[in-house]
Amino acid sequence: MLAAQVLINALVLGCLYACIATGFSLVWGVLNVINLIHGSFIVLGAYLAWGLYQSLQISPWYALGIAAPAFFALGYVIQRLILNRVITAPVLVTLTLTFGLDLILNNAMIYYFKADYRKLTLTPPMGSVSLFDVVVPIDRLIATASALALTGVLYLILRRLRVGRAIIAVRLDRDAARLMGVDVNSIYAIAFGLGAALAGCAGVLMALIFPISPLTSTAYLGKAFVVCVLGGLGSVSGALAGGILLALIEGIGSALIGPAHATTLSFALLIVFLIVRPQGLLGRKGFE
Amino acid sequence: MSEILQLHSISRNFSGLKALRDVSLGISKGEVLGLIGPNGAGKTTLVNVVTGVTPASSGTVMFLGQDITRVKTYQSARLGLSRTFQVVQPFAEFSALDNVAAAALFSQPGESIKSAREEARAHLAFVGLEAQSDQPAATLTLAMRKRLELAKALAMKPKLLFLDEVNAGLNSAEVERATRLIHQLAENGITIVMIEHLMKVVLNVCTRIAVLHNGQLIADGAPRDVIKNPAVVEAYLGQQYAQRAGARG
Amino acid sequence: MTRSNLILLALVVGIAALPMVGGSYALRLGTIACMYGILALSWNVVGGLAGYPSFATAAFFGFGAYTAGVLLGKGVPLVVSVPAAGVASFVLACLLGAALLRLRGHYFAIASLSLIEVFRELVNNATDLTGGGMGLNIPLTSTAGVMADATFFFYVMWGLLVGTALMVVVVAGSKLGFGLACIRQNETAANMIGLNTTLYKSVAFGLSAGFVGAAGGVYAAWVHYIDPSDVFDILYSVKPIVMALIGGLGSPLGVLIGAFVYLGLEEVVWRNYIQIHSGVLGILIVVLLLFLPHGLMSLRSQLLAWRPKRV
Repeated sequence: MLAAQVLINALVLGCLYACIATGFSLVWGVLNVINLIHGSFIVLGAYLAWGLYQSLQISPWYALGIAAPAFFALGYVIQRLILNRVITAPVLVTLTLTFGLDLILNNAMIYYFKADYRKLTLTPPMGSVSLFDVVVPIDRLIATASALALTGVLYLILRRLRVGRAIIAVRLDRDAARLMGVDVNSIYAIAFGLGAALAGCAGVLMALIFPISPLTSTAYLGKAFVVCVLGGLGSVSGALAGGILLALIEGIGSALIGPAHATTLSFALLIVFLIVRPQGLLGRKGFE
Repeated sequence: MSEILQLHSISRNFSGLKALRDVSLGISKGEVLGLIGPNGAGKTTLVNVVTGVTPASSGTVMFLGQDITRVKTYQSARLGLSRTFQVVQPFAEFSALDNVAAAALFSQPGESIKSAREEARAHLAFVGLEAQSDQPAATLTLAMRKRLELAKALAMKPKLLFLDEVNAGLNSAEVERATRLIHQLAENGITIVMIEHLMKVVLNVCTRIAVLHNGQLIADGAPRDVIKNPAVVEAYLGQQYAQRAGARG
Repeated sequence: MTRSNLILLALVVGIAALPMVGGSYALRLGTIACMYGILALSWNVVGGLAGYPSFATAAFFGFGAYTAGVLLGKGVPLVVSVPAAGVASFVLACLLGAALLRLRGHYFAIASLSLIEVFRELVNNATDLTGGGMGLNIPLTSTAGVMADATFFFYVMWGLLVGTALMVVVVAGSKLGFGLACIRQNETAANMIGLNTTLYKSVAFGLSAGFVGAAGGVYAAWVHYIDPSDVFDILYSVKPIVMALIGGLGSPLGVLIGAFVYLGLEEVVWRNYIQIHSGVLGILIVVLLLFLPHGLMSLRSQLLAWRPKRV
């Protein structure tokens, strides 16, 4: 039964990880930018959910509807005003720039919310379901379902909508897309906005499960790294596969060698994957 | 004549695509072999296999009696295999002189930066770039960069030299100049394999022609025979060329 | 030797006079200045010369700090512990470099960034050896008094800076530096002319880690207490890059000046905006990258060149 519990936990957590990583992966794939603000966006989303619930009693499910457009706008503006000016610069510059932006946002959050941990507790609590001996809290289950739904929405946007096809086109060949009449800069901004929106929504969901603090942003960012590399860059299905794989490794790892080593294990795996299979589980080679 | 390079049933796949199928070829010392064939026939892949850029999926490559199938690029360069690139690959910020000096420095044992620069001057003079030796490579014209590429290859004291479309993109005066250079190299005893689309140059320079089509070797022999070979005419040269050549020859 | 490298060495030698003019505050600042100089000059070997965007500086700084810290705790003297930390960092980086430097661009950046995480977690979990998250106390090496200690550590760090500067100057004029410049410009072509790129890159990575590791060791002995979140701070990776960007990528002199300018800015920010210092640092980084992408050196040439730009 322990095995079943580990497996279920991994599936639940894996979908959340996938949700954390899809936005990051989208930005990396389309803009060719490693977006280090992603973790702080997630934390900001969590604070948004916490604030709305504490002060206005707006439930996190509705907070998703507020977070998505708000973060989209934030991301869109950041890309247009700041990132776009160095978008063709080497990785060193774009990475350092997003690090600088992250310092600003993270410091602002520490300034306003302090570094201590907060918890969003739903009243009344939703309880949990158990099947045989496997126990899953209901709020966590709903969070997972929402995470899946969000990644599904992204998938549909990329597949069905005109703007989604344009995003894919820019990802595959920027210059050819430009020649076909795609406004590359606005696609960049939309993709970055979508990435931010996904991060914000993921943050709302995380608020239900994990304690909220600006200090957690690097952990989220680390998860996004690992999931992207494990699953392969820039595809929704890759992020899902990577997320579940990471959660499984962490789950099995902490069951076997103790929870303290789970993070080490996942990062060591990240490095091994980078060297041996840089295209990831589901990725295709040669996108770099 | 002894064989300097031997390919034994070389194949190379790129995720399902068979770029080379079972190619066997021997090259003798002092030959100038023209490697021709339509675009995508596998000519550049063949050079990449020999120089270790993309090692063969199966088969063996022997160079001067030594198996170099799995040898790394930099090692094959030190053994005396050098090449020019279809798309020129200069060190863009370096001066022309340092481009050539780098080639001498890293391919020859016991070179110092100073001695490599001295040698580089001679090679630049040979290809007619002495006036440009202090200019950054990025500022040279295409024809000059092609000759710079040649000077770099020569600085490696090659025993076998691959020339990958040295004439592509050049005007006819520049082609003539390059052709003269190749002639001189051949006279100096360097074995040359050249990938070339200009049949005029091939027939002018090469002592032998090998034809690749869809990754397979479809003809190999003396130039006059090969261009009359029906399979080659069909795959590459085209009927009109054959008729014109026939009328002339 | 080029003029710029001569000025570099002169500048480094000049710093040695600092204890004659300043008190304990100047010594502390001077020690940090030397340390930043070491980090920035070292980073420049792999980041500036070879063109690989390495974020691994913090990993080797922390590794060196813990190596020396553990050795000092076991009673090994400083003269052995610090070189041991440097050599261990060099060897480790050479080995890791052979594997990691096959990656390019973003993938290399991510992998080098992950090294920090891996090292920090390993140290966190090796509680018996390192004290884990509780940190590691390092015994005082001398009892000669606060001022004497401060002067001592300043000169040790300065000595390392001299070593780093000499290393950088020697590399720049050597076959290694020539080869790294080839790799930066065109790695495919570098391979094709017989350059063993893996070896060169690994050695460059090792050299850029060795002095950083030793600096970490001196830092550990200097502050007497280290913990994983302090010495494996990603800022130790980002700061050298910012310094190099301030100075304009490439020239060691520019990088060293960038390190000093950065320290000056950091000091002002720390004193005036303690609560929001990292935010102000972030603003600094963003402004720098957006408005001075080629560093302060470019400002000078812009000011000198009043002629209209050519069409």
